[in-house]
Amino acid sequence: MLRKVAIGLTLIAFGVMFFAAAVTIRPFGEPPSAMDDYIIEHSQQETGANNAVSAVVFDYRGYDTLGEATILFAAATAVVMLFRKRKDEASD
Amino acid sequence: MSEFLANIPFLAVAALICVALYIMMSQRNLIKVVMGVVILESAVNLFLVTLGYREGGVAPIFTNAPGTLMVLPVPQALTLTSIVIGVATTALMLSMIMLIYRHTGETDAEKSRKVKG
Amino acid sequence: MSKIVRTVAKLLTPAILLFGLYVIMHGHITPGGGFQGGAVFASGVALLIVAFGAGRVEQFLKEHQLSMLESGGGLLFIGLAFAGLATAFFYNFLVGSPIFGHVPAFGPNPGDIWTGGTIPLMNVAVGMKVIAGLSAIVLVMALASSKQGEDE
Repeated sequence: MLRKVAIGLTLIAFGVMFFAAAVTIRPFGEPPSAMDDYIIEHSQQETGANNAVSAVVFDYRGYDTLGEATILFAAATAVVMLFRKRKDEASD
Repeated sequence: MSEFLANIPFLAVAALICVALYIMMSQRNLIKVVMGVVILESAVNLFLVTLGYREGGVAPIFTNAPGTLMVLPVPQALTLTSIVIGVATTALMLSMIMLIYRHTGETDAEKSRKVKG
Repeated sequence: MSKIVRTVAKLLTPAILLFGLYVIMHGHITPGGGFQGGAVFASGVALLIVAFGAGRVEQFLKEHQLSMLESGGGLLFIGLAFAGLATAFFYNFLVGSPIFGHVPAFGPNPGDIWTGGTIPLMNVAVGMKVIAGLSAIVLVMALASSKQGEDE
């Protein structure tokens, strides 16, 4: 019972906060866009790629993609390792 | 009121975050907690994409594009990053839960906490 | 799985795998890229596992082969990033060169596959990585859960 009350109070607090933020945030559909306008206008000359999202992912923000690839590698290795260990224990 | 209606995508993000928080707080089954985490990730992805939307814009790809008024490419690229990281972490969480189930025979957070080893 | 599922999987899997490779190769001119195409390809592998069982898929798709493919993709990606180090890390040094070097003018165009500099090569590297990573995750988890079912 206490747990339910605590959950309800937390949800009400977070809900009021998020809905206030969602109503008072800047209007939908009119983002500030100086950096993105530069990328849209220059990505074809600077990277040659028609797909501006690919240009951002692999060229302008390559470091992000490097970190992402590292996380994917770490997760795949961890999953394989977790189950391989169990297999060895079972065969002993 | 019109301002309120114009921000419906942001309100949807707020509602999704509240749903995810409720699931993560109220459920004790670990798989359901992971479902809450995945809904939270979806809410964040939706927030990023709606932040980058420009009124009347098309996808930022020039091949046979109808015009050069485009939505912002950087939030979309970051959403792509976020989706891949979400998939990787979800797979890791589910593997951990499979191991916990094999050790303890439980996916319930309250019960499996008591079983040591 | 039933015979209907197996037949449909046999028919659909080549198309899914081919579409995944297409999405990877055309990542710089159409929607898509290494991550998306790799996810499509891995979903084809997941369909094979659902239809035929993880044991049969493991006979021709070994886990250590997938690890090698993933490491190769990562090395190719890092190598391409380091190759531009004369100017900057992740510099697109192939724009204007004979390889993938055409530079389109600003504005909509019908699309030219021979553009993009290092971006198509990085798409291939990341595609290898994602194909191997997601396939390995799906395969290992399916193998573990099928073994668990046999034990009990």
